[in-house]
Amino acid sequence: MSNTTTSPVGALNAAPSSRYYVKEHHPENGTLLGFWIYLMSDCLIFACLFATYAVLGRNYAGGPSGAQVFELPVVALNTSLLLLSSITYGFAMLEMQKKQVRNTMLWLAVTGILGACFIGFELSEFAHLIAEGNGPQRSGFLTSFFSLVGTHGLHVTFGIVWLITLMFQLGKHGVTPENKRRLMCLSMFWHFLDVVWIGVFTFVYLMGVLP
Amino acid sequence: MSAHQDHSAHGADHHDQDHHDDHMHADHGTFKSYVIGFLLAVILTVIPFWLVMGHVFSKSSTTGIVLLALAAVQVVVHMIYFLHMNTKSEGGWSMLALIFTGMMVFIMLSGSLWVMYHLNHNMMPGVMSETVPESIPALPDSNKMP
Repeated sequence: MSNTTTSPVGALNAAPSSRYYVKEHHPENGTLLGFWIYLMSDCLIFACLFATYAVLGRNYAGGPSGAQVFELPVVALNTSLLLLSSITYGFAMLEMQKKQVRNTMLWLAVTGILGACFIGFELSEFAHLIAEGNGPQRSGFLTSFFSLVGTHGLHVTFGIVWLITLMFQLGKHGVTPENKRRLMCLSMFWHFLDVVWIGVFTFVYLMGVLP
Repeated sequence: MSAHQDHSAHGADHHDQDHHDDHMHADHGTFKSYVIGFLLAVILTVIPFWLVMGHVFSKSSTTGIVLLALAAVQVVVHMIYFLHMNTKSEGGWSMLALIFTGMMVFIMLSGSLWVMYHLNHNMMPGVMSETVPESIPALPDSNKMP
């Protein structure tokens, strides 16, 4: 760890040798690429759930259809919350680049609150559906709906847990190379979840209410 | 808007100063790139909601195709402006992984839909109506015959 923190200073004084670049580059690149590959595998999980929804999405078994249970204003609100949280995370990353711990924490907190609101609205939607007897066991459509949207919600929940953990890490250690790497991984995770949500609101909600 | 530009210029200056420190983070994006990405994403989100909630097209199939196209564009916008994807990041390996995943997703989605559509089609009551009623009563009868 001390090696990585001191080496940039050394690089300023000495001519940057190729050995230095290799040493500094490799571990961080490795983590980010590895995390990207994890995200791609996560993408396959979501693709399976999307395929399930595509196959079962119109099997209502006499139960309600998408047009009857989806409330588009709530979905629009949720979408904007997630989109806003994406850009506030981007601002947190920019502040991190400037090594402004306080501002980074502030933007991270805003991101976390927006994510928590998203989860809150989603849970209330689920609770409403289940209270009306339209739980996941009602029909193939609702099973695939709850699996897909629920899996996305779980990802966001764990993203928030991760975000809070990183806020404690930042508060304790400041913007260290380790914390930068962790924040960059969470950045990819958070923006990836927003990309998945594009698929959810388009394919599940908007196309679900089409006649 | 001028405030935004000041901000982004400041960010860029700072980036240059700090270049020795994070030479590998050149793909971090700037204030400007995040705002451009965000505005594009907002536009590409508002249009589909407007199309569906305002009942703009009378045919659902038209709306569906437009929705999917807009979603595809928005995914690309997010990839470029928020995930900072380009052909050079990680020496091209992340792009390779992305292309591979895209291929897998395409095969999985189109394959599932294709197979299940044909399954549904062949299991429709109309298709089997001549064979099903005959074969089902035939079984108990043939058992009773001997």
